[in-house]
Amino acid sequence: MSNRKITNIVIAGLGGQGVIRAANILAEAAFLAGYDVKQSEIHGMSQRGGSVSSDVRFGTQVHSPMVPIGEADYLMVLHPTQVDNNLYMLREGGTLISTRMILEEGKDLESLDADNTPLTSRNFNVGLLGVLAQHIQFPEDAWIAAIRKHLPEKVHEQNIQAFMYGKNLTLACA
Amino acid sequence: MLQESRQLLNGNEAVALAALHAGVCLGTGYPGTPSTEILENFSLLGGKAQWAPNEKVAYEVGLGVAFGGGRALVTMKHVGVNVAADPLFTSAYTGVRGGFVFISADDPGMASSQNEQDNRRYARAAGVLMLEPADAQEAYEYTMRAYEISEAWRLPVMIRMTTRVCHSKSVVRPSGVAIKPPEPAHFVRDFASLVMVPAFARPAHRRLREKLARAEEWNEQSGLNRKIMKSEDLGIITSGVSFHHVCEAAPEASILKLGMTYPLPMQTIKKFIASVKRCVVIEEGDPYLVEAIRYEGGAVEGKPDMYRFGELNVSRVRRILNGDTSPEPVPPRGKPPQLCQGCPHRMTFAVMKKYDCIVSGDIGCYTLSVLPPFETMDSCVCMGASVTVGLGLRHALPPEEAKRVVSVIGDSTFVHSGLTGIAEMVYNPPPTGHVVVILDNGTTAMTGMQEHPGTGRTLDHQPTNKLSFERVLEAMGVPNVTVTDSPPAFEDALKAALERNELSMIIMRRTCRLAEPKIQLYEKAAAKCEQQNNSQNG
Repeated sequence: MSNRKITNIVIAGLGGQGVIRAANILAEAAFLAGYDVKQSEIHGMSQRGGSVSSDVRFGTQVHSPMVPIGEADYLMVLHPTQVDNNLYMLREGGTLISTRMILEEGKDLESLDADNTPLTSRNFNVGLLGVLAQHIQFPEDAWIAAIRKHLPEKVHEQNIQAFMYGKNLTLACA
Repeated sequence: MLQESRQLLNGNEAVALAALHAGVCLGTGYPGTPSTEILENFSLLGGKAQWAPNEKVAYEVGLGVAFGGGRALVTMKHVGVNVAADPLFTSAYTGVRGGFVFISADDPGMASSQNEQDNRRYARAAGVLMLEPADAQEAYEYTMRAYEISEAWRLPVMIRMTTRVCHSKSVVRPSGVAIKPPEPAHFVRDFASLVMVPAFARPAHRRLREKLARAEEWNEQSGLNRKIMKSEDLGIITSGVSFHHVCEAAPEASILKLGMTYPLPMQTIKKFIASVKRCVVIEEGDPYLVEAIRYEGGAVEGKPDMYRFGELNVSRVRRILNGDTSPEPVPPRGKPPQLCQGCPHRMTFAVMKKYDCIVSGDIGCYTLSVLPPFETMDSCVCMGASVTVGLGLRHALPPEEAKRVVSVIGDSTFVHSGLTGIAEMVYNPPPTGHVVVILDNGTTAMTGMQEHPGTGRTLDHQPTNKLSFERVLEAMGVPNVTVTDSPPAFEDALKAALERNELSMIIMRRTCRLAEPKIQLYEKAAAKCEQQNNSQNG
């Protein structure tokens, strides 16, 4: 991605999963890292358990707030059922970041609450942002400040831990 | 004093910040996606903001503020302007003294609406000035400018936004200079301007047309329209968020980006057209600009009709410029939204399905009952239409069908536009009577849990007077009113009402599961506050 001026990320999932929250944190981190950034989302009807997605674009100058179809460099999907219907956004050679990276085969998101990782069914969206951060080189304090800004104080520490867990995760399939 | 120099805001937050910097005296509106967060943010920033029962009320309250010389901000979604259209048209005649700015938040593509009307046509039809920001920075700048423009022309200004302007975040650099209203609010008697009897309205209409002619001339130099000259081969005229799609889709094109789109700067437009070999208008929604420019003799290309539907984006702009009318790729379908699992009103629909009701529905979460597994909504048109369309069905259908008609309306929607329908029902009862169910979940759930007059709390969740539905219905003369929170009692009440041939209303009162924890916090805070007051007074 050396010559590309704009980095395009699409975050997708189901209403109530924290898709918009994750996108807010990502956009804020890009902003704090000094980039021009745009983030776009659709909410309303989508709050009621339906498919939700949010586009984040950053670079030296960003025009359209929407990622053009098939031009996402990264597609981050928070629910296993939502991968197939969002793949059309990913460019050829783009990177898919999905719950498959943090879940054991056959287990569901709730299993995160019982295992011994810092990830839970509520903060795994921030955990996946950590995985994304392996590819996107923002200063770590930009990420941390963005997490603090967009989450209530009492969950700051556990979300920062979830983020760091994702960032340090060794990915077999990466 | 004006906060940090660089902020990441969405369009709604930017409008709220500008309203604060412009010294807005009162913000009012009715919640509606994608406009809702403007007033919520204005309130959080310390501005005085309140929810009105509906958009007409909000518009009129705002107008009163402006008549008194204060600056008013009124917010609504596109279909809300239909509700406020009555005062809108005549407010162009009366004009205003304090700055009056209203936001029309349009929803091309209908992410969360029942139609995709293009409200730019309203500005032209009513004769009010219109600004169209393209992003959050412009949402901030234009809102600030709008107050100056409104006061200079003594006219309402409509800021026309769309979902992608309201709900897109981008970097905003506030001006750093607050603008103050020229003088504090006070009343100036002015019958000829403010009392629209025909004798005063006739000259007022002439005054309006003359003002608009001058405003058009002024707009040629307003600084709100930007010309970016590059290629002579291709020029694009555009406005709103489409500008950004254009910049990306055709980086070599010359662009005339219109910021004030009523009245249009026709001389600027004609000069631009003459300066390029090919001129294309790229606009989302209706051919508003194309029609206006062609009417004045401007030779421009528009977009093929297929692009009138839905939002524009970079790919679609490329296709328009290439004259590509081949079928567009259809993105895979996602999971549709649904009534929440655990929503206490799901059973209400199960019961109505059991009795094979013909359900005249309304606008809210419960509209989702049209989807499986319920499929229990037979019509949905606009706010409040459940009651009145239900009455029409009762009047027209044969008795055995008429008796199955039930109107279903939510609590916020009932206050918005249901009350006049109840007056109609009591005044002109159908021969088989009628049954109206209010699904009272104690919040305006669909738009994100806003307060309304029936919750007894203000926009910022502080206690205020509470509208009692049952007492209102009793006072209006509805003979049978049942209030319940129990599913079996609801079924009994519905069964009895369907058999009765009288007017019956059932208030099914069960709190929204998503709002419940928040409501408990508000109630706890209010109780604590009252306790403190009592101990101080005692």
